[in-house]
Amino acid sequence: MSTDETGPGGAQTPEIAGNPGGTGPDLLQLITPSGERISHPEFDFWVRDITDDQLCSLFEDMTVIRRIDVEATALQRQGELALWPPLLGQEAAQIGSGRALRADDFVFSSYRENGVAYCRGVDLTDLLRVWRGNASGGWDPYGINMATPQIIIGAQTLHATGYAMGIQNDGADAVAVTYFGDGATSEGDVNEAMVFAASFQAPVVFFCTNNHWAISEPVRLQSHIQLADRATGFGIPNLRVDGNDVLAVMAATRLALDRARRGGGPTFIEAVSYRMGPHTTADDPTRYRDANELEDWAAKDPISRLAGLLDRKGILTADLQEQVKAKADAVASEMRRGCTTMPEPQPMDVFKHVYSTPNSWLERQQDHYARYLASFGDPAGAVSEKGAR
Amino acid sequence: MTQLTFARAINAGLRKSLENDSKVVLLGEDIGALGGVFRVTDGLQKDFGTHRVVDTPLAESAIVGTAVGLAYRGYRPVVEIQFDGFIYPAFDQIVSQVAKLHYRTRGAVRMPITIRVPFGGGIGSPEHHSESPEAYFTHTSGLRVVTVANPQDAYTVIQQAIGCDDPVLYFEPKRRYHDKGEVDESVDPRSALPMDKARVLTDGSDVTLVAYGPLVKTALDAASAAADEGISIEVIDLRSLSPVDYEPVVASVRKTGRLVVTHEAAQSGGLGAEVAASITERCFYHLEAAPVRVTGFDIPYPYSKLEMHHLPGLDRILDGVDRALGRPNSLSGLEG
Repeated sequence: MSTDETGPGGAQTPEIAGNPGGTGPDLLQLITPSGERISHPEFDFWVRDITDDQLCSLFEDMTVIRRIDVEATALQRQGELALWPPLLGQEAAQIGSGRALRADDFVFSSYRENGVAYCRGVDLTDLLRVWRGNASGGWDPYGINMATPQIIIGAQTLHATGYAMGIQNDGADAVAVTYFGDGATSEGDVNEAMVFAASFQAPVVFFCTNNHWAISEPVRLQSHIQLADRATGFGIPNLRVDGNDVLAVMAATRLALDRARRGGGPTFIEAVSYRMGPHTTADDPTRYRDANELEDWAAKDPISRLAGLLDRKGILTADLQEQVKAKADAVASEMRRGCTTMPEPQPMDVFKHVYSTPNSWLERQQDHYARYLASFGDPAGAVSEKGAR
Repeated sequence: MTQLTFARAINAGLRKSLENDSKVVLLGEDIGALGGVFRVTDGLQKDFGTHRVVDTPLAESAIVGTAVGLAYRGYRPVVEIQFDGFIYPAFDQIVSQVAKLHYRTRGAVRMPITIRVPFGGGIGSPEHHSESPEAYFTHTSGLRVVTVANPQDAYTVIQQAIGCDDPVLYFEPKRRYHDKGEVDESVDPRSALPMDKARVLTDGSDVTLVAYGPLVKTALDAASAAADEGISIEVIDLRSLSPVDYEPVVASVRKTGRLVVTHEAAQSGGLGAEVAASITERCFYHLEAAPVRVTGFDIPYPYSKLEMHHLPGLDRILDGVDRALGRPNSLSGLEG
């Protein structure tokens, strides 16, 4: 960890109660950074059914989403995507929670939960539509029970809470799960969502990935207490879990889901992890981050940690590694093909889906623009910056 | 036919919608046991239960944001913003979420949310209780914005708004809540005049006077006073503010050659500017004079002892009519 505790403007920050960015002993952990399985009197219960095969499957999932992430980052660097928000370092948080969900649960996430989308079964071409600029939303939310990712920080936590109120009204036992980052906990919407969730005891899980950085703002600027403790003020039980430990994340998520399904209301999970890459491909973390900090976290890598456990169990065979690598390469290659062969949207598509019923203002503009385009031999020429005349 | 106030007419419309569709849910502050601060939701929680008529904590962004989640789940939420000036904390959820989710999901997710907003002044309230924020929302694509000017419309349009698959901001003219009018509760909202259509209220030949919401009554009073002076005014109630139904306005201005638009909201960037520009584009060669706006001033809503200066009254509207007609008026002789 960085020892730099200076605050905004270089002033020495006051003593920080609770060490919000820290990884203290209260952190739920089932696998140590060196890959040793440690037992926990309460949480072993929630992963007692996880077989060696399933551990291998989690290893594959994490490897695949890291590979997807690397490929998408490359696609951005090659000019195929306008932007990409990397999840490097957060694979355990996304796979551990994503694989705990049921098909009828509904996810409201931020823009970084591409690994969760993978768990929901997203078509990988759909995953890239937004970032390529081909669509405002990549997939039909009802196709994978996951809302279109949210760019406005924290806004989705209210949508999840409202959806959960709907589940409650319907008498169903599904759960709404919302993902957000440490920075979002400063937003009013997240706080209002917790007020509503607690008031109505809505079946919603608040999954906060504390990746330590909100673009360049460190978590210590966001909070003087551990983020998980914030939930206590709303009367929402919290869990603070090692976000780089896939089993611990899965155990915590399963407990929270079970509580919600049984009518026990919301739970707040703080998954303490680290964003190893930039905020997005437009960002340069070397301007604000200490290299030592990165090194410290690299030693806690979620994939090597699980690999360590598999190795100790004697199941990390060359065959397994080869098989997982082949799968990751195949998935990445399929995604690249989907990206580069994605059809271009048509000019008149710009008017589609603004309203679900006719709107006279828009119909007039659409009609005028269609006439304008028709006045050019080549409609594409009409939108060139250089003009077509 | 029964005589109902605006407030009771909206209440009756909400009741009908709750009865007809189990997916309709109401959310808002104080809307349950109290029946809302204007009693518009009076008795609904008692009859439909706390899960259909939900008293919420005081958090406007959450009221609208949870409605988004409910809409995702297939519900038709009707939310009450207690007063116009309290809508701003919910602005992001309305313009960035409610308005855009249908577009963002390429039509997969519908947001049939109705946002009820008591709006406008004239009731002697403290600040933040008398504003006309409609232009913020007419500027946002994906939203529909409507307002009502008589109890019959209040009754049918609320049902049309709730039945609409697009999000609708339903602005209620709060200073008219206690005005009474004939309401035919047997009217089927599906066969009534659609909420996005304007209505010509008086037949006139000299000036077209466009108004909406609380100022429709004032406009009618002005038309009646003008008639005593031999001036014939055609009053049009816009009803829908987004989209504006321009056809009847165009037809009227082609006949009269003169346009006056009035609203309580501030002038700059207001709906009057939009109507004046659109009518100028469409009727330039029919206009005998420049369109005239009679609006609230570009000021924060004033304290109540001065609000009647800010709000366009009958005389200020008639002064605007004089300007359109080139008759002596308060700005006669002013150049530029």
